[in-house]
Amino acid sequence: MDVLSSLMDGFATALTPMNLLYALIGVILGTAVGVLPGIGPAMTVALLLPVATVLEPTSAFIMFAGIYYGGMFGGSTTSILLNTPGESSSVITAIEGNLMAKAGKAAQALATAAIGSFVAGAIGTSLLVVFAPIVVQFAVSLGAPSYFAIMVLALLAVTAVLGSSKLRGFASLGLGLAIGLVGLDFVSGQARLTFGLPLLSDGLDVVVIAVAIFAVGEALWVAAHLRRTPLQIIPVGRPWMGKEDWKRSWKPWLRGTALGFPFGALPAGGAEIPTFLSYVTEKRLSKHPEEFGKGAIEGVAGPEAANNAAAAGTLTPMLALGLPTNATAAVMLAAFTQFGIQPGPLLFQNEGPLVWALIASLFIGNFLLLLVNLPLAPVWAKLLRLPRPYLYAGILFFATLGAYSVNLQAFDLMLLLVLGALGFMMRRYGLPVLPLILGVILGPRLEKQLRQALQLSAGDVSGLWNEPVAVVVYVIVALVLLWPLAARIWRARRPRTGGLVVAGGPAVDGPAAGPATAPSVAAPAAPAAVEGPAVEAPADRGPDAGRRRADAAHANHGQEKS
Amino acid sequence: MTSLASRLKGRSELGVAALLGAVGALVLIDAARLVVPYSQSDPVGPKALPIIVGGLLLICAVLLAVNVLRGGRGEAEAGEDVDLTHPSDWKTVLPLAGAFIANILLIDWAGWVISGTVLFWGSVWALGSRHYVRDGLISLALALLTFYGFYLGLGIALPAGLLEGIL
Repeated sequence: MDVLSSLMDGFATALTPMNLLYALIGVILGTAVGVLPGIGPAMTVALLLPVATVLEPTSAFIMFAGIYYGGMFGGSTTSILLNTPGESSSVITAIEGNLMAKAGKAAQALATAAIGSFVAGAIGTSLLVVFAPIVVQFAVSLGAPSYFAIMVLALLAVTAVLGSSKLRGFASLGLGLAIGLVGLDFVSGQARLTFGLPLLSDGLDVVVIAVAIFAVGEALWVAAHLRRTPLQIIPVGRPWMGKEDWKRSWKPWLRGTALGFPFGALPAGGAEIPTFLSYVTEKRLSKHPEEFGKGAIEGVAGPEAANNAAAAGTLTPMLALGLPTNATAAVMLAAFTQFGIQPGPLLFQNEGPLVWALIASLFIGNFLLLLVNLPLAPVWAKLLRLPRPYLYAGILFFATLGAYSVNLQAFDLMLLLVLGALGFMMRRYGLPVLPLILGVILGPRLEKQLRQALQLSAGDVSGLWNEPVAVVVYVIVALVLLWPLAARIWRARRPRTGGLVVAGGPAVDGPAAGPATAPSVAAPAAPAAVEGPAVEAPADRGPDAGRRRADAAHANHGQEKS
Repeated sequence: MTSLASRLKGRSELGVAALLGAVGALVLIDAARLVVPYSQSDPVGPKALPIIVGGLLLICAVLLAVNVLRGGRGEAEAGEDVDLTHPSDWKTVLPLAGAFIANILLIDWAGWVISGTVLFWGSVWALGSRHYVRDGLISLALALLTFYGFYLGLGIALPAGLLEGIL
């Protein structure tokens, strides 16, 4: 199993005209939904799942890969041209990017974001090629106890590390696990939570759940708070960069990539922490620190590269372990199951050609994005002017269509409405969506590993930790859970010098103060820290600065656009 | 009593705690009904995870209620098109939900072309567009396009309903 020759075979598959077309459709669609508010890559993949079943699995995944990378790309365009970031991972890009655009340097901001994304995507995907097989080699030797432990870690980490309120994260996780329970128990065949409805005995379709929570919930939520005054969109021509911009950008790109990939690959992966770290690093290393807060190109180049490298990193556990850590990866994992493909460490062995074609298409998609998006930036900017009634009516229309076409039954549409109302409520009361989706998707697999582990040990509880890897993972779980407590004690002893918190002071007076001071909602280092740069935006911009700060913090406490 | 009433005011988030509690109780009640056959091959049984999940939900419900009563608040999600300065606009949401429900009721009987048109037109209207004719034409075109697109392109036959034979 030579990695390089497998990859070359992958390229051969991905470069056939048909698959190239699907990659192109994927990146254009992905960028479009990344640019458009209210709709994102996870939801797009979910909506396309029923449609994609008529395709070859390979072609479908090539398209999904394009959507995944394209979505990251589109997000940065929105955050530079509008003054509100749409997803948590582009909050940081929005700070300097929007300031650059306001200062008449929108073209350079878009260019450094696009080229930086390309560089980070290329390096990140190469790292994926190197590391995924190593992880697989290690993972095939693991048994059920270790997998159970790793899944517990992933669920807890995503719930406890991301987002502002752990309590609300766990509530969301609980709801997701409960939804995942619906259906026949796979061992004893007993119906659980079906309430005697035969339509529920196969469980709830992941497509219906994902579309309901992401699309319907989002459309209803935006409808309730629709901005009646149109947003100011900064006009832009073709992105370009001068010599000086290149000189100032290339190092931040590389440093951003180095920060982004490892964070993405961790089970608690996410782009918020690395993008923030990259921003702080660039600010400290910059020769023009005075430009930060007025539109410094380094502040766009670094975080944008970190964002994309994290997206590539996330695919490592997804492909090698079957462990998704962001919404799009979770829905792609559901897609594997839809095609009858078992995700996990055996994926590379059993579905080698498909996986390598998928990875090859990431390289191709990344390149296509650069090729397509530099000239198309003005078109994307126009897309932002789409009248909102049509946009959100369209989201509801296609959500209905996608969910209905899975089973052609009106019952699914009722589920869609009920779960959509749940999604609305979660957005209203700050329950993060990601733990719910991961609970739905990982819950049943978690239970399977648990039962298998204890079956092997004949019911002895020690069967849960009789593998060394499992023990190590449980130690990490304990650290993740106890970390905020330790951090709080540490901070209490040495006030205002907390590890990541550069602007230590403002961390308490921002909009996060509400939940952060509430009991049992320990303020994790990251969200508090993200306020740092936002707060440092120049105060002379009056109320606008205040609103930006609120926006940045809000978006971070929400979740990535899905 | 008045102090209780004043404490409850503006605490609609307690409804979330109630929902979590209700779902948790439901999961536990449903789990109690399951029979666990003694089995060497499945020592965990079908009950274990539901009990854990139900317990988690109940604990979250209690902690959230305490948190809210002590002044904690979940932060509403922001977004490009979200303006949190005004309260929830039910005059938009309810007609939107109405259009959605109309589609559910109509789809099997009247068919997708009609129900889809109603859905899109109703949603656009609810969201504030008042170009009745233009919106109607766009709605019909979308519904027809998706109907034929799914049928010819994907082999998925959406219900034709009343228009059976015409389409």
